[in-house]
Amino acid sequence: MEWFNDFWSTYSTLVFSVGVHILLALSIWLTLSCGLLSLANAAFMGIGAYVAALLTLHLEWSFGTVLLAGGVAPAAVALIIGAPVLRLSGVYLAMATLAFGEVVRITVLNLEITGGPEGLNGIPLSTEAWHIALILAVTVYGLARLRRSKVGRAFEAIKEDEIAARLMGIDVDRYKLLAFSLGAFIAGIAGALNAHFTFFISPREYGFENAVDILTMAVLGGFSNLIGPMLGATILTLLPELLRSLHDFRSLVNGAVLVLVVLFLPKGIWEPRRIRAWVQRFKGGRA
Amino acid sequence: MSVLLRVHDLSVSYGHIEAVKGINFHLNSGEITALVGANGAGKSTSLLALSGLLKPARGKIEFDGEDIARLAPHKIVQRGVVQVAEGRAILTTLTVAENLALGAYSRSDKAGIAASLDEVYALFPRLKDRAEQFAGNLSGGEQQMLAIGRALMAKPKLLLLDEPSMGLAPLMVQEIFRTLVEINRAGLTILLVEQNVRQALKIASHGYVIETGKIVLADSGANLLANPKVEEAYLGG
Repeated sequence: MEWFNDFWSTYSTLVFSVGVHILLALSIWLTLSCGLLSLANAAFMGIGAYVAALLTLHLEWSFGTVLLAGGVAPAAVALIIGAPVLRLSGVYLAMATLAFGEVVRITVLNLEITGGPEGLNGIPLSTEAWHIALILAVTVYGLARLRRSKVGRAFEAIKEDEIAARLMGIDVDRYKLLAFSLGAFIAGIAGALNAHFTFFISPREYGFENAVDILTMAVLGGFSNLIGPMLGATILTLLPELLRSLHDFRSLVNGAVLVLVVLFLPKGIWEPRRIRAWVQRFKGGRA
Repeated sequence: MSVLLRVHDLSVSYGHIEAVKGINFHLNSGEITALVGANGAGKSTSLLALSGLLKPARGKIEFDGEDIARLAPHKIVQRGVVQVAEGRAILTTLTVAENLALGAYSRSDKAGIAASLDEVYALFPRLKDRAEQFAGNLSGGEQQMLAIGRALMAKPKLLLLDEPSMGLAPLMVQEIFRTLVEINRAGLTILLVEQNVRQALKIASHGYVIETGKIVLADSGANLLANPKVEEAYLGG
């Protein structure tokens, strides 16, 4: 077991990050599955992280309650801004949600209670591996059930053709709001978990770059199913570490890998239809 | 004959442009009514107002004694007014069966839904043969069948059709229209919006001719077909 202890002491933060990133990728998968290109998830993660950290530091709530509050707070914000913002679609929605993210970042940057640009320090390291594992398991199970449910089919119809969905009697606006808020809830919990293992949070971590990173994870993995975003998040978290030996060339190779994937696998790495086609071709080749 | 739907002084605008200018018409229960006219006359706009996708600027739409003019689209579907979209709007990445199941979205009576599915498959046996195929792989005519079948899955009291003949081969148009007559004989009230004036008026009990947002003629389908003005303007003299 010694090797494991060595491994864990070096890489536990990385493993935690993989878990949190998977949650974030799943949160944006949810909004994408309803046809919404929202870039607000980094901001929702930030709201969750700050609310959770402040509750821990000032009110000393129990960790479970703190996590829940970290999810509920951004979901409530999503419900409020959702009604006007979700009238938009496509790139306009992306721009509006991006602007919302900047508003959140700048607000956090200027508030006293959030510690301004210095952020919050000394957050207790309450997050343990099983917390992340359990929350991931519950989230994946929940989303898998949702996907097969009536709600999931409504999401799919809305993504495919909003007009057709309305004509089928689907309350499109309500389902969009549901996807948006549920996504915010998951992103918020991811933020709360993250804050409680990094010791320190600052507004920098929840800006534009992170919003794009989260989207990239889902797009890279493929978002026609749940495995895609999980795979994408894992790869994008591990790749920079695996390329560590390349030193200065690391970012370059990292970027090149992304470009190649997008060029040759435009629907993401995990695309069941293509994989099935490959398997069939392989079998056919041998027969 | 009882009136199922009555449109009163309906106006619909796109921004400052008034596309439908205070039209009045009614649909008799159990009949096929046709709303015909040239491209851009305001036919589709009127239909979109009936199904709630466009909010009317003025006027009333009375269905079953209730004004539905300002209800959300899904509420209108729940009342039993279901539109088959122009351009068919089927979900190409879903299978035929999944498309049909989504048509019954507003219902929860499992036995009733299963019965409706059997009826749709009886009406369009080809859809049954292709139930597990992706809807995107269907031919144009089959997609139109699927769009109609999906609307029937909602168990409508009134079926609205927007250009069901669009982009289809003449034989397929005839097949679709035959099916519409069949559905109507089973008791369903139909409002048919068409540029294919001859075909539409042939199967319609009543017809309305709409020009630049106003209804200019109203008569029985047969009389309109024989009307020299209609013949000159729409049937090529």
